[in-house]
Amino acid sequence: MAEYDLRIDYYPTHEHQDIKYRRGHVLPFGATMVPNGVNFSVYSSAATSCSLVLFEKNEPQPFAEIPFPDEFRIGNVYCMVVFDLDFERLEYGYRMDGPFEPTQGHRFDKTKILSDPYAKAMGGRDTWLGPPNWDNVYPFRSRLVFEDFDWEHDRPLEKPIEDLIVYEMHVRSFTMHPSSGAKYKGSFAGIREKIPYLKELGVNCVELLPIYEFDEWEHSKQHPDTGETLINYWGYSTVNFFSPKSGYAAAGKFGMQVDELKTLIKDLHANNIEVFLDVVFNHTAEGDHRGPTISFKGIDNKTYYMLTPEGYYFNFSGTGNTLNCNNPIVRNMVLDCLRYWASEYHIDGFRFDLAAILGRAQNGAPLNNPPLLESLAADPILAKCKLIAEAWDAGGLYQVGSFPAYGRWAEWNGKYRDGIRKFLKGDTGLIGEIAQCVQGSPWLYPTRGTTAGINFITCHDGFTLYDMVAYNDKHNYANGEDNNDGANDNESWNCGAEGETDDAYINALRHKQIKNALSILMVSQGVPMILMGDEMGRTQWGNNNTYCHDSEINWLDWGLKDKNADLYNFTKHLIAFRMAHPALRNRHHFSHNDWKGTGYPDISFHGNTAWQPDWSSNSRMLAFMLDGHYAKNGSDFDDYIYVATNMYWESAYLELPKLPEGLFWHVSVNTDMPAGTDFFPVNKEALLGDQYHFILGSRATIILVGRPQLIPEEMPITSPEEVAAVAEAQVPKAATAAKAKTTKAKVVPAVDTTAVLDPAAPVKKTKTTKPKK
Amino acid sequence: MSFTVTSEVTGGIAKLTLAGSLDSSSASQLQAEIQKVAGEAPTELVLYVADLTFMASAGLRMLVFAKQKLGTSVNIYLVKPQAQIIDTLQMTGIIHSVHIVDTYPA
Repeated sequence: MAEYDLRIDYYPTHEHQDIKYRRGHVLPFGATMVPNGVNFSVYSSAATSCSLVLFEKNEPQPFAEIPFPDEFRIGNVYCMVVFDLDFERLEYGYRMDGPFEPTQGHRFDKTKILSDPYAKAMGGRDTWLGPPNWDNVYPFRSRLVFEDFDWEHDRPLEKPIEDLIVYEMHVRSFTMHPSSGAKYKGSFAGIREKIPYLKELGVNCVELLPIYEFDEWEHSKQHPDTGETLINYWGYSTVNFFSPKSGYAAAGKFGMQVDELKTLIKDLHANNIEVFLDVVFNHTAEGDHRGPTISFKGIDNKTYYMLTPEGYYFNFSGTGNTLNCNNPIVRNMVLDCLRYWASEYHIDGFRFDLAAILGRAQNGAPLNNPPLLESLAADPILAKCKLIAEAWDAGGLYQVGSFPAYGRWAEWNGKYRDGIRKFLKGDTGLIGEIAQCVQGSPWLYPTRGTTAGINFITCHDGFTLYDMVAYNDKHNYANGEDNNDGANDNESWNCGAEGETDDAYINALRHKQIKNALSILMVSQGVPMILMGDEMGRTQWGNNNTYCHDSEINWLDWGLKDKNADLYNFTKHLIAFRMAHPALRNRHHFSHNDWKGTGYPDISFHGNTAWQPDWSSNSRMLAFMLDGHYAKNGSDFDDYIYVATNMYWESAYLELPKLPEGLFWHVSVNTDMPAGTDFFPVNKEALLGDQYHFILGSRATIILVGRPQLIPEEMPITSPEEVAAVAEAQVPKAATAAKAKTTKAKVVPAVDTTAVLDPAAPVKKTKTTKPKK
Repeated sequence: MSFTVTSEVTGGIAKLTLAGSLDSSSASQLQAEIQKVAGEAPTELVLYVADLTFMASAGLRMLVFAKQKLGTSVNIYLVKPQAQIIDTLQMTGIIHSVHIVDTYPA
């Protein structure tokens, strides 16, 4: 079939079972298409021999097995070019012989066929939960991929990280629920169908839980009571680092998972949404000495895994083995892998699961200057990729604030999560910590800036946001471990009843608490991340460790969007608010000075009395104000923003800081108000009648915007109650006003403040020009 | 099932009729046919695929190849594809690069 190329370096020199081959190229590792054939290259430091095993797709037995002639090995690398293979139907693996001496770190087993660590696609788990053939001589099969995807003009978006709003999601959970309405449920194509939703919500970055090929059947078991099959649903257990999970592709059964994923990424980019991958380089699916031999264990066990002096597996990951990331060989594989995903898949950023492990030496000790982390930070291909660490591991290394960053790495800010959660449930002694949180945690990242921290309150691990306000304790019985799995330090508060309740007061308080949480998150400096479904009150019924459920415990119920429309609309508003206000998206920390001479520092803190925050240990209220002249660290211009959050069970009477002449406080958010008046859209905020005081409700948060008044044709509003009453009527007129603002028409800020304070007095419509931005 | 492809170019419009199963073993036939018609610089490429029963990724590759070979300004029409073929095109997103029609001209 193939037309032979004229290049003389691509002609066969050897033949075996009618298959023609020749000496190969040592680099690149893996299987690479070359004229008329495929170049295979694999390394092993201790194998005594190696053969290439070739299968027709899905066939139980190989059609050929070609031993690498001695002269085809250079150093520790075996390579050959095989001609006339059917790229699309080929599955290949290696058989390696060598010593089985566990105490020396060697576990060679020539009865096993091993998948290529550098394979670009895997066969064998083509469809999600397809029943495996446990007798298969080669269950995880390396495959070839074409690299001719038509990206057109796409490339990674390279948005500034401080401008991102990250949406953490599970590929299957997002559209698997019947209510999703997606045609290709639970797949990459399904996410593509929901891009309009992501656009509507306003997020500009999705972070996908692991999509590297994993085995959902790994450690599968029956629930002892219910009989339900529990599986490796989240997929934090990699079979191959270069291959997308076939079972996540609707086209996986045709072997087209690569095309489907690339199409998703291309379309997300076209919609201005970045794509982050959650990558798991701390361990593999091969487990410990009792686990299966899939690839690394049989190719070069001692190189790929951290081993004890006795030859057992170190278990810093809590899952059986630990990848030997600071071995130079493994380090290069990780680097090759990330370069591949950045260049071939246009991935915008990576979140490294249990990344503290990547900073451990080969004997497990933490390194001061971990070469892998340094290599990644300095890599030219990854230069514009976001690198984000989960800065702890299961071996007790906790590096939030101290993760080796090399000026590049950001990290999941676990301390932000813990502080905000405690504050939300009414703990005391936290005001200083909350002040740090909203500033982008300068105490953790004094030299790294606000963007070192990914702020989050919830993630896939632990309670959803709704469960955080509906459960005091975890309820993990569905996991089949008698509620012993999952974290116990949830820092959650159920608002008065454990789980679902008919109590209207409790349900209203829960919604308010969710709005408080999201409000604080979206006005904090740093990079906010929200968990899929939190915008519509998704519940896992108190389960805080749902790694094993392919069911409604994990699937997003899209009906919640209507049921909890108030939460959805509120979240959408907060995202829009953040994107509209550059003052919330600084890259560097505040100076706490007024270096522009505006009369206000970039950030100031307040309490019941303006300019006097209550830092005392029993305080549960904090307010802060941002001067818009210092937006983007002074390079942009914004309104003044005032945020007050009160987690005390009684309301607080606030004195508001006085604004410069001509500017007025407007209400953007007040979580104390019922749906409909809990927020006002951007540029349609309600003018605050009393410009000097505000009664902040119990367990409530307000966001005010200080800016010129917009054509006040109504009587000024004087109290939250009146805000509620007047809101509906005012919105259409405010909309008109907003339009006027954008067309540089009448802007009327200079109102006599005494008139504002007196509801009976008419507002003087004095025309002035808007301050120049 | 075997694969057949025939082609003609009339009035600047290349028309190919495909039948059978388009996979890696047959894709080169289609590639040769596309190369042949590309020589006449057609303004449109029409693929009659009502009798095409299966399209593997090698087949998809040929659509991408055709687009690159003929230029992005050349519209590609698929006339009466079977449901399974449309599914494949949808899942992989290539459906946006082609026009699905019941008849040509529409």
